[in-house]
Amino acid sequence: MSKTLKLDSEDAKKFAAKIQERSGEPIDMCFQCGECSSACPVSPEMDLMPSTLVRFTQLGLKDELINAKTIWVCASCFHCVARCPKGIDVAKVAEALRQELLRKKLDYVEVRDLSMEERQEIPQIAIISNLRKFSR
Amino acid sequence: MKIPYFPGCSLKTIGEGFEKSAIASAAVLDIELNELPRWVCCGTVSSLTTDDLMHHLAPVRNLIRVQDLEETQLVTLCSVCYSTLKRSNTLVKNDPEKLKTMNQFMYRESDYQCNVKVLHFLELLREIGFDKIKEKIKKPLRGLTLSPYYGCLLVRPKEFGIDDPETPTILQALTKALGADVIDNPYQLKCCGSYHTVDKPNLVADLGYKILTYARNSGADALVLSCPLCAFNLDNRQREIKRQYPDFVEIPILYFTQLMALAFDLDEERLGFDIHYVDPVPLLKEKQLLIDSLPLIKEK
Amino acid sequence: MEEEAEKEKMVKVYIMGREFEVPATLNIVKAFEYAGYRFVRGIGCRGGYCGACATVYRFKDDYRLNFALACQKAVENNMYLTILPFMPAEKAIYDLNNLKPRGSVLLELYPEIARCVACNTCTKACPQELEVMDYVQAAIRGDIEEVSNLSFDCIQCGLCAMRCPAEIVPYNVGQLARRLYGKYIAPQAMHTHKRVEEIHACVFDEELDNYSLLAKEDVEKLKKIYVEREIKVG
Repeated sequence: MSKTLKLDSEDAKKFAAKIQERSGEPIDMCFQCGECSSACPVSPEMDLMPSTLVRFTQLGLKDELINAKTIWVCASCFHCVARCPKGIDVAKVAEALRQELLRKKLDYVEVRDLSMEERQEIPQIAIISNLRKFSR
Repeated sequence: MKIPYFPGCSLKTIGEGFEKSAIASAAVLDIELNELPRWVCCGTVSSLTTDDLMHHLAPVRNLIRVQDLEETQLVTLCSVCYSTLKRSNTLVKNDPEKLKTMNQFMYRESDYQCNVKVLHFLELLREIGFDKIKEKIKKPLRGLTLSPYYGCLLVRPKEFGIDDPETPTILQALTKALGADVIDNPYQLKCCGSYHTVDKPNLVADLGYKILTYARNSGADALVLSCPLCAFNLDNRQREIKRQYPDFVEIPILYFTQLMALAFDLDEERLGFDIHYVDPVPLLKEKQLLIDSLPLIKEK
Repeated sequence: MEEEAEKEKMVKVYIMGREFEVPATLNIVKAFEYAGYRFVRGIGCRGGYCGACATVYRFKDDYRLNFALACQKAVENNMYLTILPFMPAEKAIYDLNNLKPRGSVLLELYPEIARCVACNTCTKACPQELEVMDYVQAAIRGDIEEVSNLSFDCIQCGLCAMRCPAEIVPYNVGQLARRLYGKYIAPQAMHTHKRVEEIHACVFDEELDNYSLLAKEDVEKLKKIYVEREIKVG
């Protein structure tokens, strides 16, 4: 299936700039070597590889990015930044993209949806970190 | 040496054995770990966006509590707390504007002066020197083969890590000093799945399967680590791993401080083995590191 | 004369934006009533105990929001006033008899406490001057006794919940902890149990009947018995 991407639109540029600023990462430095994707331990679960996430961010492809499963799969384990020759922290990019939705009140995880068994079993450290990442 | 110590939320529950064994073995090394008064949960994961200060309040508030004690160091045991406290500390040290905003917001606290250093307990041990630790050993962990596991936040990102982000050696050095054998596990730095244990336990089980099976197949008797979240994912989640991979063979998980307490021959109640999912006691008895006649806590 | 002058002293307040002159000796509730408002909700004991009249106020030209029980706070010049009749707060449903006083129970019934960012906004809002954030933090780590002690003077006014950016309801968490503490952790008052048993066993019935009779027949003697009764201390 092919899809036409609108590049160079004003909105796309604005979105790219916004994510660059919010993440604080020099996204434009990425030259698509793919080290991050090969280092990522959870990439098999992702629809966009970490390197693609950065490329799409350069292009400001908002819809593709915020609808990507990838931003909810990233475990913020920092393998990507350890390997990146340009020192780009893709975990920060993913967080900046997640915040795009979380700040619009679109929670990914709702704490009240956890069953009583899960609440009894899962320790605080896991619940707190999960909510920090996945709820507003 | 007395030093303020930050436990973090989970050391009071699932990480109880970590805390008990750390405090007891630190005492053997003449280190008094004093729990920081009125500490607040660090938030577990550091906020990664540039425009969010709210989530740095808790770590900085803890550092202010240290400053109020007129102390300059804060020791953590949990890798996650370590990383989060250190990241916020670095943020405010490098950004006086943000520090000012946060100080103003927390007007009931004294202003943070950025004079506190965040340390992981392993760093403190390295400072003391593993040779000195060796001197205190009463019962070397001979015959025990261990697979060190670092996970993520102890070593990455490198500005906030305690060792080389790609080839760390600190856990190997400690376990060897305690008399145990060490295997090389290429998964020692691979993520355990972290917070996905809440919403994607299957993914966590996949990752755990690889880490633990490699360790088992390479002859390790147990995994040694420093994080209660890794411990939950790699110990308690073995039930899910077994469900997903019927060939999986269980393997115990130990905190490095439990190994120290074991080697220092401290009371069994200081070890906190009673809350492990995979009971390490049979293994330790087999290796004659625990004496059979001692009643187990859970049997009391 | 001086006393009269004091009585006459008026201050300017703004009730929901509208300016009024009210006597300086009034508390916020009475200032509202002086200005002609009538409370149907948002009012209770008027004595600082029930927590119904929680309110926020601000001074002209000050950005800071202040918090009080309206029945306990005297009006001051240039106060901007309102009343908060109700806090729509989350409350867990539980049967205390079926709960175990494990530390994790607070997090199980109120899992949103895991969202606390330790911003301390709740503490700043508490009219009882409780360390609200500290007890929410104690709740996260499962220290029921600490939550119970730190929240002991809570009157459930709702201001902490109203201010919490993480939408936590600290006062209900504290209440659960105090209930667990009271039922399962605090030492039981065995002398009270014993006395209740004695009452059920009709040990005091005869004595009481005698006193009832005296009340009808010889009140002075009853008074004498009362005054001279033996008081056990401790």
